[in-house]
Amino acid sequence: MKGNISIEIFDVIDTSAVFAELSHPQSGGICVFVGAVREFTDNEEVLSLEFETYKVMALKEMNKIALEAIEKWNLNKVVIRHAVGPKNVEEPVVVVGASSAHRDACFKACRYLIDTLKERVPIWKKEIFKNKSVWVSAHP
Amino acid sequence: MEVLLFGIAKDIVGKSSFRFNADELAPGSVSELRERLKRSFPEFGKLSSLAVAVNSAYADDAVQLKEGDEIALIPPVSGG
Repeated sequence: MKGNISIEIFDVIDTSAVFAELSHPQSGGICVFVGAVREFTDNEEVLSLEFETYKVMALKEMNKIALEAIEKWNLNKVVIRHAVGPKNVEEPVVVVGASSAHRDACFKACRYLIDTLKERVPIWKKEIFKNKSVWVSAHP
Repeated sequence: MEVLLFGIAKDIVGKSSFRFNADELAPGSVSELRERLKRSFPEFGKLSSLAVAVNSAYADDAVQLKEGDEIALIPPVSGG
């Protein structure tokens, strides 16, 4: 079957395992994007992040996004992983990856996977600063 | 009728779910649910967006709510 999908939400994600999961005899191109915790937001020091999810729905939405990407770019494999709970600076929080016959498809697919995840998947990020904490994007 | 709350919605209401009292009429549609919650908690009106999920899928304003549906408020998402 075309387009094997692996989707998970964990407390900690293992980025080193992703290559093996995307490897496929018909894939000459494997592309992986990792999102990590950045130390500064608008020049303010972020101490940590806290992720929360509506897990049942998040997994369903991630699966829909993976299916859309497979349909668009004829992918052999797709991985989407997101972490939840408290996360410190430099820790990985999201991994998306795609494998395809040639590199063009998997580069484009990776971009689509992460951009669409950010738009649709019910996961919320709180930035913890020294004197306050803020739910990201909550207010205009 | 119970509504699951996440992220800032949980902070606004002060708990992780909200229940309409048995003696009041439960909202019949997604748009009615949203309007009632905005009236009870004006802070919801200040958010960039406020989506509603029914049975773990995004639901349009016109979707009718039934007893036993799993309903959730989806404030602006910020994963990744």
